[in-house]
Amino acid sequence: MAEVSLRKVVKLFDGGVQAVRGIDLDIADHEFVVLVGPSGCGKSTTLRMIAGLEEVSDGEIWIGGEMVNDIPPKDRDIAMVFQNYALYPHMTVFENMAFGLKLRHFPKDEIKRRVDRAAAILSIGELLERKPKALSGGQRQRVAMGRAIVRDPKVFLFDEPLSNLDAKLRVQMRTEIKKVHQAVKTTTIYVTHDQVEAMTLADRVVVMNHGVIEQVGPPNELYHHPATIFVAGFIGSPAMNFIPARLSNGAGALRIELGQGLSLPVPADRTARYAPHRNKKLLFGIRPEHLTETTRTDKQNLAPITVELDVIEPMGMETLVHFRIEGTPVCARVDPAAGAQAGQPMTLAAHMDQMHLIDADTGKVL
Amino acid sequence: MADGTAALAQTGAARSAAGPRRGGLHRMMRRQSTTAFLLCLPLLALVLGLMIFPAFYAGWLAMLNKSMERFVGLGNFTFLFRRETFWNVVWQSCIFAITAVFFKALIGFILAHLVHVLPAKGQRKWRGMLLVPWVMPLAIGTLAWWWLLDPSYSAFNWVIRAAGGENIAWLGDTFWARFSVILVNVWYGAPFFMIMYLAALKSVPEQLYEAAAIDGANAWQKLWHITLPMMRNIISITVLFSLIVTFANFDIVRILTNGGPRDTTHIFATYSFALGIGSGDIPLGAAVSLFMFPILGVFAIFILRGVRRRADAMG
Ligand SMILES: Nc1ncnc2c1ncn2[C@@H]1O[C@H](COP(=O)(O)OP(=O)(O)O)[C@@H](O)[C@H]1O
Ligand SMILES: [Mg+2]
Repeated sequence: MAEVSLRKVVKLFDGGVQAVRGIDLDIADHEFVVLVGPSGCGKSTTLRMIAGLEEVSDGEIWIGGEMVNDIPPKDRDIAMVFQNYALYPHMTVFENMAFGLKLRHFPKDEIKRRVDRAAAILSIGELLERKPKALSGGQRQRVAMGRAIVRDPKVFLFDEPLSNLDAKLRVQMRTEIKKVHQAVKTTTIYVTHDQVEAMTLADRVVVMNHGVIEQVGPPNELYHHPATIFVAGFIGSPAMNFIPARLSNGAGALRIELGQGLSLPVPADRTARYAPHRNKKLLFGIRPEHLTETTRTDKQNLAPITVELDVIEPMGMETLVHFRIEGTPVCARVDPAAGAQAGQPMTLAAHMDQMHLIDADTGKVL
Repeated sequence: MADGTAALAQTGAARSAAGPRRGGLHRMMRRQSTTAFLLCLPLLALVLGLMIFPAFYAGWLAMLNKSMERFVGLGNFTFLFRRETFWNVVWQSCIFAITAVFFKALIGFILAHLVHVLPAKGQRKWRGMLLVPWVMPLAIGTLAWWWLLDPSYSAFNWVIRAAGGENIAWLGDTFWARFSVILVNVWYGAPFFMIMYLAALKSVPEQLYEAAAIDGANAWQKLWHITLPMMRNIISITVLFSLIVTFANFDIVRILTNGGPRDTTHIFATYSFALGIGSGDIPLGAAVSLFMFPILGVFAIFILRGVRRRADAMG
């Protein structure tokens, strides 16, 4: 077990693709960190540089207090779980899991002890004599994790390990991975494009975009205090609404003008923060779960807006309603009992204490 | 696969339910096995005419006397068993085939790796050049070698002499003659192995090597634990087929040494030819050629059994 540090890490592929553009990251011992971002943002490349499968073009990678830039993967004492498992098809499950230990000349009984323990953690004890071909997707996934666990390495690396599983199994294996980490506590770096996976698994989430880190923080912090419009839109589902807005001084208090005669009061505690941005092009950001029916609560900072609904999507426990403000599509989550009807007007409450104001030019959350 | 046949069977059933019945032949045609048999018939006829019939005919011939007038039973075989030359041919055929196939496979394997690690741009050029011996007509290639090894004009001897060495009787000395026929066979056959192994190498998923690297394997361990097991089937199959083809080789020995010196480089095909056509004893030649069947049959059974077992396990 060990801490991992990236210092200004850059990856430049032949042909000029700059996949990673200067990443700084410190991961503590025992920590579970998730790299998340859209496809092609450089997550896998970053992970593969940590594993030693890709050379580092510039910068430094440290594992357990040692600079590993020039150390080959086999000497880095890391274990990796690949998206398509990469099990050795000619070996049994036992041999697959034992392979790394065998290469490191562990005694036979120690190998058996470790494999049995990992098999018990993952409940794959009955599969040890099978070949990978005779396993289901979920079982292969477990074996791939078993292969990592038996090694007891300094760091676990996961590259989209659940992407090949169906939705139900994915949720189940997600819990499984969390359980395994609680059991073995090995420092883990986990790559995914799925923000739900990132939120549920991570101690800290690293949001990447275009080869740079947008924001690092615990899941709740990213959700409540996104630093950029990218993070705000990426975390949370359905995604946050962004509506073009201006600030105005009405009756001494600061107000947000959305057009269509819609005007919302800025919460008192944010007036000072927003006041300097009065003349900028701004975006008003609010999550669908913070646009609800008016009757739900009597909390403070609820501002009513009346809109005409385009489409309603009943989900069972809630109903998504879609409408437009000045042509911008907006989504809200209301109670199924609130009587939302397509084509009808509805009055919604905006939870102003959960709003964000974004500088449209820089993309920074103000 | 299973889905496909199921779908076929369904459309077949649907058609028979819809259309009126039109006689026995039509019904038989609808049965898949019948159609399959009919589609295979041309091939079966070809195999029967060009392989099975000649094989049995050779068996019949082998039991006649030299003038092919009298049935002598196993007389030709017992005659062969008493000839030392025949046992030499058996021995030389085995040495020739096994040594040549071993080196073809080894050199093909090494070449495949070398080409595999070349950058993609240079790869096609090298692949093309290395394939030349295999695409060139074997008789022409062998003639060129014959010229290189010829006693009076040998280019090799010229080089050796220039380096201060002694002339080697490449085709006149038993050891060197055997060496030479194997050398030419390896030269001719190695490219085929290279191209097969190159294809096999390319089909091993790169992630297996990455997983192995992370598991702690060095280059040799990757070769031993990943590459070789993953290529075992293709190696078995190429070795089997090459053994068969090499065992039955004719051109190289015929052109290079014609069996000499003193019949020491004869293999089954050339010996059979020498006896049957050369000396005009066709039944004896046929008897020699028949010996190839049981030997190759045993090879085939063993190797194909292993292939099937592994294919089942790995899929
Ligand atoms: N071997 C490579 N050669 C050139 N470009 C690559 C290579 N691998 C990845 N890239 C590029 O680097 C960028 C980041 O890729 P990757 O790290 O795989 O993204 P992801 O976040 O989806 O895992 C992509 O634009 C991809 O096209
Ligand atoms: Mg990726």
